[in-house]
Amino acid sequence: MNAQAPALRDPRLNRPEPLTPPLGDGGFFQRDRAIHPPAHAPGYKSSVLRSPRQSLLSLENSISEITGPVFGHNDLGPLDNDLIRNYAKDGDPIGERIVVHGRVLDETGRGVPNTLVEFWQANAGGRYRHRKDTYLAPIDPNFGGCGRALTDDTGYYYFRTVKPGPYPWRNYVNSWRPAHIHFSVFGSGFAQRLITQMYFEGDPLIPVCPILTTIPDKDALDRLVAPLDLNASTPFDSLAYRFDIVLRGQRSTYFENRTAGN
Amino acid sequence: MPQPLNYLKETASQTAGPYVHIGLIPAMAGFDIFEKNFSNVLVTPNTKGERITLEGKVLDGTGTPLRDVLLEIWQANAAGRYNHPADRSAGALDDEFRGWGRAGSDFDSGLVTFETIKPGAITDRTGRKCAPHVNVWIVARGINIGLNTRLYFSDEEAANAADPVLNLIEQPIRRKTLIATRSERAGKVVYAFTINLQGPEETVFFDV
Repeated sequence: MNAQAPALRDPRLNRPEPLTPPLGDGGFFQRDRAIHPPAHAPGYKSSVLRSPRQSLLSLENSISEITGPVFGHNDLGPLDNDLIRNYAKDGDPIGERIVVHGRVLDETGRGVPNTLVEFWQANAGGRYRHRKDTYLAPIDPNFGGCGRALTDDTGYYYFRTVKPGPYPWRNYVNSWRPAHIHFSVFGSGFAQRLITQMYFEGDPLIPVCPILTTIPDKDALDRLVAPLDLNASTPFDSLAYRFDIVLRGQRSTYFENRTAGN
Repeated sequence: MPQPLNYLKETASQTAGPYVHIGLIPAMAGFDIFEKNFSNVLVTPNTKGERITLEGKVLDGTGTPLRDVLLEIWQANAAGRYNHPADRSAGALDDEFRGWGRAGSDFDSGLVTFETIKPGAITDRTGRKCAPHVNVWIVARGINIGLNTRLYFSDEEAANAADPVLNLIEQPIRRKTLIATRSERAGKVVYAFTINLQGPEETVFFDV
């Protein structure tokens, strides 16, 4: 009996490879679609003809999804995160001066370092500097309305701008967007790619916005609303708003990440 | 009560809107602001690999091209290696190829183009060979969360037939929605693609 026992053992049980950590394979946490707006959201009319109707095909993360473009300070210019100065021609732009700051985190709570954050917005009157925007509010000659930043080693980013204004748009006859800033974030892998919008605490247009209310989860919606952050304001200069952005969690330990150069 | 499981939740997506160009391709919005800009040209004169043009449109449920869509692509280099530290496969890195680009569709025709190189076959982390492909991410007004798809190459029939992702698609007819068609035009190699958001030929989109 004793002599036979080893022969019954699965030879794989004796393999020399050590157990890998449960969160160590580098893939991303499955996306929780219940906190995102559905593709087809009839209250936001443009989504009706632009939403896939077949099921998405679920794909285990391969090397194509856990990798993504790497950016560095060489990609940016010195004024890229200062929207008050990066398009100024003969003075400062009109509007409430604000600083927006926060961290890019993943769902494990780790900061996402050295990742590119891009942002764009309307001017203080709610007008975009875009060839297709015909709203009657005037263009501000000193305001471009876009910028970008690279997060630091802890995932922190900040930029300075003027608070955007609300504006009307064609959905219902009387639809208005709450003041908002668009954000584009990369993360460390292409499967973390995210575009979203930041809103401002206290804006009465938030609960009636057909785009914002496509989000089915109240808490997820609230997380898009940046609180006023008096601790970070600059006295006699700028108010501040705090906006943390959470990307999908990565199944990789912090130190492995660092070794990989992420 | 068990211990709380304190993961954070991902930030909700919101549409990129019609003015996405301001932030991501300001020249298309109509102004010049950054010293350095990202573009639809992924190659430098020194990039290794076969020069190709990817050219296509994104169509809505009526078959009308989206004229305010933005695409990004992410791909391996000619040796099949991604320019990212997590890719430790054997192919050589190419310092002249980041492997990423973005393009807005033409405001009149809806045409989207990328100037890139044809990627090599990829060795996945498990050692599987994957057919050469380009990863595509699509945002626009009316698209509430970015859409992920892939482009494969029509002249890679054998590799495509063996590709583990293409073979996940149950209906063979739907695999064709991911194949870009090779042709030559004025001495240049062009791969043409059509991305259908809806309809009988709806493109396969992935939940990655």
